[in-house]
Amino acid sequence: MTRLSWFNVTSLTLGFAFLYLPMVILVIFSFNESRLVTVWAGFSTKWYGELLGNEAFLDAAWVTLKVAVFSSTLATVLGTMAAYVLVRGRRFPGRTLFSGMIYAPLVMPEVITGLSLLLLFIGIGLDRGVMTIVLAHTTFAMCYVSVVVSSRLMTFDRSLEEAALDLGCSPFEAFRLVTLPIIAPAVISGWLLAFTLSLDDLVIASFAAGPSATTLPIKIFSAVRLGVSPEINALSTIMIAIVTVGVITASLISKQNAVRQQRDEQTAARTA
Amino acid sequence: MRRFALIAVPYIWLLALFLVPFLIVFKISLSDIALARPPYMPQFSWADGVWDFLSQLDLENFTFLASDDLYWKAYLSSLKIALTSTVITLFVAYPIAYGMARAPQEWRPTLMMLVILPFWTSFLIRVYSWMGILSNEGFLNQFLLGIGAISEPLTILNTNSAVYIGIVYTYLPFMILPIYAALDRLDASLIEAAEDLGCSRLQAFWLVTIPLSKNGIIAGSFLVFIPALGEFVIPSLLGGSGTLMIGKVLWEEFFNNRDWPVASAVAVVLLLILIIPIVLFQRNQQKQSEEES
Amino acid sequence: MPASVFAPWNDPSEKPLIRFRNVTKRFGDFTAIDDLSLDIFEREFFALLGPSGCGKTTMMRMLAGFESPSDGSIELAGQDIVSVPPNKRAVNMMFQSYALFPHLTIWDNIAFGLRRDKRPKLDIADRVEEMLKLTRLEKFARRKPHQISGGQRQRVALARSLAKAPKLLLLDEPLGALDKKLRQDTQFELMDIQEKTGTTFVIVTHDQEEAMTVASRVAVMDEGRLIQVATPDAIYEAPNSVYVADFIGDVNIIAGIASSTGPGRYKIAWREDQAPFVAMSDKPFSEGAECYLAIRPEKVQISAQKPDEAANTVQGTVLDIAYLGNISTYIVELANGTQIKAQIANTRRISNRSFTWEDTVWLSWSDTAGILLDG
Repeated sequence: MTRLSWFNVTSLTLGFAFLYLPMVILVIFSFNESRLVTVWAGFSTKWYGELLGNEAFLDAAWVTLKVAVFSSTLATVLGTMAAYVLVRGRRFPGRTLFSGMIYAPLVMPEVITGLSLLLLFIGIGLDRGVMTIVLAHTTFAMCYVSVVVSSRLMTFDRSLEEAALDLGCSPFEAFRLVTLPIIAPAVISGWLLAFTLSLDDLVIASFAAGPSATTLPIKIFSAVRLGVSPEINALSTIMIAIVTVGVITASLISKQNAVRQQRDEQTAARTA
Repeated sequence: MRRFALIAVPYIWLLALFLVPFLIVFKISLSDIALARPPYMPQFSWADGVWDFLSQLDLENFTFLASDDLYWKAYLSSLKIALTSTVITLFVAYPIAYGMARAPQEWRPTLMMLVILPFWTSFLIRVYSWMGILSNEGFLNQFLLGIGAISEPLTILNTNSAVYIGIVYTYLPFMILPIYAALDRLDASLIEAAEDLGCSRLQAFWLVTIPLSKNGIIAGSFLVFIPALGEFVIPSLLGGSGTLMIGKVLWEEFFNNRDWPVASAVAVVLLLILIIPIVLFQRNQQKQSEEES
Repeated sequence: MPASVFAPWNDPSEKPLIRFRNVTKRFGDFTAIDDLSLDIFEREFFALLGPSGCGKTTMMRMLAGFESPSDGSIELAGQDIVSVPPNKRAVNMMFQSYALFPHLTIWDNIAFGLRRDKRPKLDIADRVEEMLKLTRLEKFARRKPHQISGGQRQRVALARSLAKAPKLLLLDEPLGALDKKLRQDTQFELMDIQEKTGTTFVIVTHDQEEAMTVASRVAVMDEGRLIQVATPDAIYEAPNSVYVADFIGDVNIIAGIASSTGPGRYKIAWREDQAPFVAMSDKPFSEGAECYLAIRPEKVQISAQKPDEAANTVQGTVLDIAYLGNISTYIVELANGTQIKAQIANTRRISNRSFTWEDTVWLSWSDTAGILLDG
């Protein structure tokens, strides 16, 4: 173990202060009495009340949630299939193009992805709305899912699948009974990633959404363009709180699992 | 049959919703603007035949981009902003990653989580949080005025400086994580060996630590540079009217001017510029995974 | 031959369980298996032995159904199985990594194959209990694979692959992951279980000792071909080639020219300044043929005086002594630089050792000690 030098302590402190102070300030001032967001005028939760009374925001939040659930689920199915094909599949015509299409959206600027999808939807005469946002989000999120799942599949011991076949499974049964349960954590992370990306996306949604559908990021963006507002601070605080609770819970669970695993292995070694 | 479906479903999905849309962008970039719905010419029809359709396509939009200095200035300024902020991010991220890698083993998962946490929080909110800090009456100016460091509020919001801050802030985790991963793998006895062979602390850092974290630095730099180049949200919220970034120009060309052919041409050129760093990044990743195996 | 000896390979009326007929397997330009034919009989414990890359694993994977031959046919109980997928074969495999399903308990791992057959629940439970008993794992049934030790995992893998009572069990380096002591115990356990269940076992290994211990017959492979297929003692005592002699155990190999001195008796001229060696051989050698004399070190005697009655004697000095506990190996250098190894059992305490470095000694062996090979 190494002791931290003053230099390391300073860089860590300053670094994490830089990462977290802006959000801390945002959270604190969401409880500010005054509409002037930079002057503290006493504690109040009235902006939360106003937010909950704002139907436009609630509608947008509902649309966003729907889009995120649908698109991340669809993206998880498609992305897992793609990962399986890429890692396990034998050669097939157009494999290079396929892997190119999986990786390209990861580095494609959002404005280009958004623009191209919008031009497609208009070109084929598809009415823009919740459906088109789901299609757009699924397309780029499936690529992220496929990267997460394929990195898990690459370290997957192939003999487990062969053992399943050997014991009488059809290839599909082997996937359902052996591969899927084992890679499930990666598939779930993929889903969470897709879900977050969808909740978060402004640019692609702005292109893909018609006048009939507004997502929360679109709503927030048009509101904050005009400047800082306490309602947005309140909304941000709620979103930050949800994410924080989620991430901390997830890391506690994984830590617990690691501890249990370690204990199990020690017992195993002792009873041997 | 199942195998066929397994390949075909995601394949067709990506063809239809990634490749075809991009080909449409390319085609429209060669068309002309028109007062119609959709607002461009020519429209393809089987009646006129393929050749007639192709003959109406031209590079007019690209010559327009080249002749109007707004566009090439925007490309240059995007490159400059992306490059500068990548370098700044590197200098901010390296000490943090280094501190994390030197931290006691039992702290590391927590520190890791603290770096990843902002990544799961809304990008938009993280950019927005700086608006209240950087404005004329913002916290930064209040703080600096309060300690007497300045006598007049600084104008930061709606300038390029705010854009730099925004990019560094939002992309910092992308730089920290690969560098941390490289430093974490670094065997501590290598530093001890270097010191044993007569290096000072600083020399050992320069001659051993930096070269061995090179791959992390390169990966992190690309992860910041590539998305920063086409960034839209940061320049439009933190930048001013003078902030020229190509993502913003494309957006305005499309939504405000409704000039689809020019917006498409802007997208095509942006993609051409991006191909170079993307290919370099890909090569670097490949080389790294080959070294590991 | 007495009827009690198990040797179906010598009985022409016996039908083989597995029959490889002119099997060739190519991966791209690489030929892994080269026109190979082999019969394996019911209840055999058959070992495929060879260095890595010799094709033994490919043979096993073709039996399991994970690879199919490029040419030739493979029969199981008289039926061509080349087109049968792995999940439809009455063949089970124990994987080198064990491939235990980490998300299932030991009980569920063993029941996995039985459930695929849609057997009645009670039958499955009975069979799993039986397997747990056979492999002495009753206490661990509710644990997950990571909660038991390496040796126990090995037994679970065995129980799981035996549960479906396959006609043929394939074992891929089954003991490779165990340490030496445990490996020896497990070898005997494996033989015991094989005998109890009467299943035909085909084992793949690169460990010659393991193959010699467990197998009824051993096939020595190299570069996709069978070099020799025989019982362990025949492989050791009567190797058919320098490759086999060298691969199995320690051996001195001396090249020379054969000339006949009587029926089955040969003189091997090997150095101009040394007397020729004498050896018996069932295999005929023509006059002046190139040959190799292979002698196991433990068949070479070492003495201070020239022995009177030995068929072959040479003089040299002790170059090196390797003390291995139960035995010692002496490396003796002859005047012309040839080195010959001799092995002596350490029946006395080490301090009473009769020879040491630099001593001049005599090496001797009988005319039946060595075996004459033609390359």
